[in-house]
Amino acid sequence: MKKTFLCACLAIAAALAGCAGTDVGGLGANDSELEAPPVGIEDGGTQYLYSEITEEYFEAEIGHKVYFAVDQSAITEEIAFTLDRQAGWLLENPNYDALVEGHTDEQGTREYNLALGARRANSVRDYLIDKGIAGNRIRIVTYGKERPESLCSDEACWSANRRAVTVLTERIVI
Amino acid sequence: MTIRATIAIAASFAIFTVNSIALAQGDNPPLRIEITEGVIEPVPIATAPFVAETVDAAAVADEITSIIVDDLVGSGLFRNIPPAAHIAKVTNFDSPVQYSDWKAINAEALITGSVEVLPDQGISVKFRLFDVFIENPIGDGMKFTGSRGNLRRLAHKVADVVYSRMIGEEGYFDSRVAFVSESGPKGNRVKRLAIMDYDGANVQYLTSGRSIVLAPRFSPDGQRLIYTSYESGVPRVYIMDIATQQRRELIETVDMSFAPRFSPDGRKAVLSLARGSNTDIFEFDITTGNSRQFTFANSIETAPSYSPDGRSIVFESDRSGSQQIYVQPLNGRADRISFGQGRYGTPVWSPRGDYIAFTKQIGDRFHIGVMRTDGSEERLLSESFLDEGPTWSPNGRVLMFFRETRGEFGAPFLVSVDVTGRNLKRVPTPEFASDPAWSPLLK
Repeated sequence: MKKTFLCACLAIAAALAGCAGTDVGGLGANDSELEAPPVGIEDGGTQYLYSEITEEYFEAEIGHKVYFAVDQSAITEEIAFTLDRQAGWLLENPNYDALVEGHTDEQGTREYNLALGARRANSVRDYLIDKGIAGNRIRIVTYGKERPESLCSDEACWSANRRAVTVLTERIVI
Repeated sequence: MTIRATIAIAASFAIFTVNSIALAQGDNPPLRIEITEGVIEPVPIATAPFVAETVDAAAVADEITSIIVDDLVGSGLFRNIPPAAHIAKVTNFDSPVQYSDWKAINAEALITGSVEVLPDQGISVKFRLFDVFIENPIGDGMKFTGSRGNLRRLAHKVADVVYSRMIGEEGYFDSRVAFVSESGPKGNRVKRLAIMDYDGANVQYLTSGRSIVLAPRFSPDGQRLIYTSYESGVPRVYIMDIATQQRRELIETVDMSFAPRFSPDGRKAVLSLARGSNTDIFEFDITTGNSRQFTFANSIETAPSYSPDGRSIVFESDRSGSQQIYVQPLNGRADRISFGQGRYGTPVWSPRGDYIAFTKQIGDRFHIGVMRTDGSEERLLSESFLDEGPTWSPNGRVLMFFRETRGEFGAPFLVSVDVTGRNLKRVPTPEFASDPAWSPLLK
């Protein structure tokens, strides 16, 4: 399913989501928060904010991955910035659920990494729930070190693998 | 001195018959290898090529001889004197042994044997073991009979008897290893449950590779595996009957479960359940599904392993802030036993009960090590970029683990090492391999 739409309420949500720490659950946006929209296009001199309801958009523009420090599952400011945007998008698109995958780097034993991946996925889930997403919309899975994204055996790759990935699933309404 | 009829002991097993062959037993103490912590010189032995008693047994006799030699030499405790150096040729299994011929080539022990292909195409193997220096047999001769498909097992059984008579401990050659066979690129590995003989022969795949599978462990009777699979989409614990490959989910739960192991009586299993951000250890009754929570800390508790008496569990936890090993009686308090530098994980209790094997990470290097059950006498047996997941041979003498190499094309393979740290070597597998689990001795 690919839809694009332009809509004022989405613009507000996107703007809110762009501001770390803002409660995206509240819609009391003011003008100042629209000054630095996270996304936008120039169209004949008029700025539109937009949000696509596609998984591609979610991945590319909202950001579906967050990265953790070694052995950590804490939500840092950087992680919160992305998760706020994810929460905003999910609030606007209630027909989508999320599966949060927790991953680790290869430096660690298999069982511990499964548990650590579960911790990371759960941290993300808890944060999104805190931002107003219903708990039954967010499932988690740990992959531990089973599915590295970057394949070298150096910190450059390891830091890219210590991640939680929010995967969208569209709810089929019968 | 005892002289017995041909069938002195007839132990009947599912697959094999074992007969003791009458032989004179001397009064001198048998040749025994004392295994100490230090470097030992492998004992030189001679294995006379087994005599083919029927015309069609020649190739089988050669194969059995070479499997026996591979087992014994592979243990690191024996050195084989090649047949080319033998002075005597054994052409008749019942001819008297000319000890002087074997002394002359410095063999300390001699194995002779014969192989017969039976009318039903079954195979019968007879062997005798001799102490060359005191010029006496070590134990009675024995005869093993089995089907052709179990040829390798017949040879392993002979090697196990030789090993146990010379070492004074049970052997481990007639055993199997379950593992995860891996193929494909590092970022999207195909993982299949597989099983093979301890030496890498007879590989058989038990799952298709559609779902990630992890860390199989044997039931105490060697008939079932308990393992983790992603076939539901998340990691959950399954039990598979090896012979039929029928499998079922162990527990009805929405939680993620992993790191399972059977209890020594085979009736229960311990595993980790991830609930929220917390991973704790639970014990499940395999038949009823009833569970009991074993750890309650708000931290990661995983990789549990029972003591051989079933009364305690060793596991890893990061409750202290880093991964460490704890021993906890089933109804008692946990005691931390690892205190060295670095992190400790994947503890496994030795079948003898004397040691706990573990994976240790110091900086960016990984080791397999052993320690006493109170944490004393820690000893590291290996080191590499990634060594992980030890499993014990049935006699508690050898450890197998997997080693993963660095980088984009890095991949795991199986390695075995003696508990003393000697004889580290690769275990052959057709594909990449990880998560080995050694079976009990086969029956």
